[in-house]
Amino acid sequence: MEKVAIIGVGYTKYDRNSPLTFAEMVFEATSKAIEDAGISKDDVDNIVSASSDFWDGRTISSMAISDASNAFGKDITTVEGDGTFAALYGMMRILSGSFGVTIVCAHHKGTESSMNGITNCTFDPLVERRLGLDAVSSAALQARRYMNKYGLLEEQFALVSVKNHGNALRNPLSLLPMEITVDDVMNSRKIADPLKLLDCSPVTDGACTLVLAAERFAKKMTTNKKRVWLKGVGHCADAFRLGDRDLADTRALKSAAKRAFTMAGIDDPRKEIDFAEVYDAFSYMEPLWLEGLGICDDGMGCEYLERGYFDFGGKLPVNPSGGRLSANPVQAAGLYAMAEAVTQLRGKAGKHQVRGAETALVHGINGMCGQSHCVWVLGK
Amino acid sequence: MGKRVGIIGVGQTHHAAKRLDASGVEIIAEAVTRALDDAQLTMADIDAIVIGNMDHFENINYVDMWATDGLGSCMKPVFKVTTGGTTGTTVGACGYYHVASGLFDVVLAVGWEKNSESDTQAAISTCANPTLERDPFAGAIGPLATEYSMYMKAYGATETDSAMVAARDRNNALNNPYAHSRQAVTVEDVLNSPMLSYPVKFLDMCPRSDGSCAVIFACEEKAKKLCPKPAWVHCSVVRHDYTHFGDLEWKFMPTLERASAAAYKLAGISNPLKEFDVAELYIPCSTCGVKWMDSLWFCDHGGAPKLIRKGIFDMNGQLPINPSGGVISTNPIGATALIRVGEAAWQIMGKAGARQVPNVKKALCTGFGGCSWTDLMILGADLP
Repeated sequence: MEKVAIIGVGYTKYDRNSPLTFAEMVFEATSKAIEDAGISKDDVDNIVSASSDFWDGRTISSMAISDASNAFGKDITTVEGDGTFAALYGMMRILSGSFGVTIVCAHHKGTESSMNGITNCTFDPLVERRLGLDAVSSAALQARRYMNKYGLLEEQFALVSVKNHGNALRNPLSLLPMEITVDDVMNSRKIADPLKLLDCSPVTDGACTLVLAAERFAKKMTTNKKRVWLKGVGHCADAFRLGDRDLADTRALKSAAKRAFTMAGIDDPRKEIDFAEVYDAFSYMEPLWLEGLGICDDGMGCEYLERGYFDFGGKLPVNPSGGRLSANPVQAAGLYAMAEAVTQLRGKAGKHQVRGAETALVHGINGMCGQSHCVWVLGK
Repeated sequence: MGKRVGIIGVGQTHHAAKRLDASGVEIIAEAVTRALDDAQLTMADIDAIVIGNMDHFENINYVDMWATDGLGSCMKPVFKVTTGGTTGTTVGACGYYHVASGLFDVVLAVGWEKNSESDTQAAISTCANPTLERDPFAGAIGPLATEYSMYMKAYGATETDSAMVAARDRNNALNNPYAHSRQAVTVEDVLNSPMLSYPVKFLDMCPRSDGSCAVIFACEEKAKKLCPKPAWVHCSVVRHDYTHFGDLEWKFMPTLERASAAAYKLAGISNPLKEFDVAELYIPCSTCGVKWMDSLWFCDHGGAPKLIRKGIFDMNGQLPINPSGGVISTNPIGATALIRVGEAAWQIMGKAGARQVPNVKKALCTGFGGCSWTDLMILGADLP
């Protein structure tokens, strides 16, 4: 099978109440990505956007960003979901042999959206929606189930927030770099029991673009210092209704991770992965998803965390960028995580550079409480 | 390079104005079950799934997650694609690329819409820029009326020409048990129907429907094993235009011209009128069934009315268009363009029942949507 590389990345600085329209944000990110790849916009033959009619407040939301993403006269399509899924489709289109250079772009203007209303519309309209469930309240249910299943404490989840906001101090891009303690998290305002303000990710504006290229183009267009290979990918969805799932069970993620690791030829992720960008919109999610990703056994995520295993200087640094807890442009979050992995693997991450980073794990989700997962392995 | 891909199963609902008997998820399940039956497969044979619709119609966010029970996607890879009117062909193309990439062998592609639960025109209006273009380009009828007025003035096309297209598609629908609107209609009936926006009249325009369509794509080895006569995908091409309606060219259909030119080249077609045996085209309004024929390279600009008056595109003509009755007879928006792909596939597989065109070797299908953009797919009885 032909290989596919990421040859360019571009993004806006995370922002709140950005003065730009989301199309202008996409234009900025895409222009930067094309420049980073060192190619011309005419070298691009197709575009995949991650756009959401709900978050954008426009139907056919991809229409608003088609000029901005360099789509005039080209083949553009839209994945509605996290950017990691859009990147997957971008890769498929190249592997099909129909395309050579693909732009994958995602944007999110959280400060123009109503999180509660939009994520409430994810639930069944007849029954669950009326209960007022949204992304935060359903996450609280999941956190509680995770605590009950394995006897975990809120203080342990707080450690994720302390670690990731601390990591953000080294990342100039970040929205919320903070030196905080477990007490600070525990004493922050209650949002939905057991989640407090500092357990939750901030509303964020941002756009991110990747340039993907088939091996034959990647090698011609860029130096090996620039290109990062897409080594493995897998995605999988669980049941829709929260009541049909054990919310502390990660079987869909396990299936997605297995696909990705098999494709990448990884036998033992604990040994072969150098760092991970894991979806942490809420603090408890990081250890839960690390279990699903096979980085530790079920129920052991928090213990590893306490031992400093996932710290910036630990055995397997997790979310060295500061994670979604420090900036979370929902639709674009997964692409930012992939862009972070590219920067790390290029050795250009500055103060938050993970030493000797050769293989990265990136994870994104769709739906409530991680109903669907997309797992990526990237390598030099 | 990529794998060759064939369509091995198609399923659709009996489309209707209002399906009070079934929820959206149940409508999806109907199409999925019928596609599996058509291909004689079970869900266990499906490796991945792709779904599409337009969010603002039913007000359901993350439809790929919500539809799990109808899609059979629990513990399977799934995601959603959406591009407005072209959503159906976008879903089809996505199913095709899933398989062509070599990552998945058998993939289920599903489009659906339950328009009876929506305010369709209001939802469509939100596609336009909120400060600049939402008022003048509200809904779908106005821009289509404008473009045909310009075409009539430029080339002497008439309201009767478009009425002939409407009568053709509507009468074809009488042969299609799945069509939503099935009524015998004369050209006079169309001309005498209520005016919506000059020159577009009620019977020129598509309805909005409840319905779903599912198409199963398989790689060459599996398709040959599972299906006696797969419909092979020869190419899939998309062309987009500018973001703003005001920037568009209205005298012809630029994206259709560019997409079809590129696709004909890929599929080795030099005389489309002769080489295609059937076409299932996304003609949302009969006026497009006149004007856009120029842009498919069937004739020079302005030549379409003559072809239509000669009956070239009738069921017994040289190139039958829309034996299914087309979009004017059936329009569950997110499924509409996928129905074009499914119907074209059935024509090649010889499964089109009373609407079957004899001996179909090559079929053309299109999708239309958004800011006047085009999705296009060419299917064939022979391997590409």
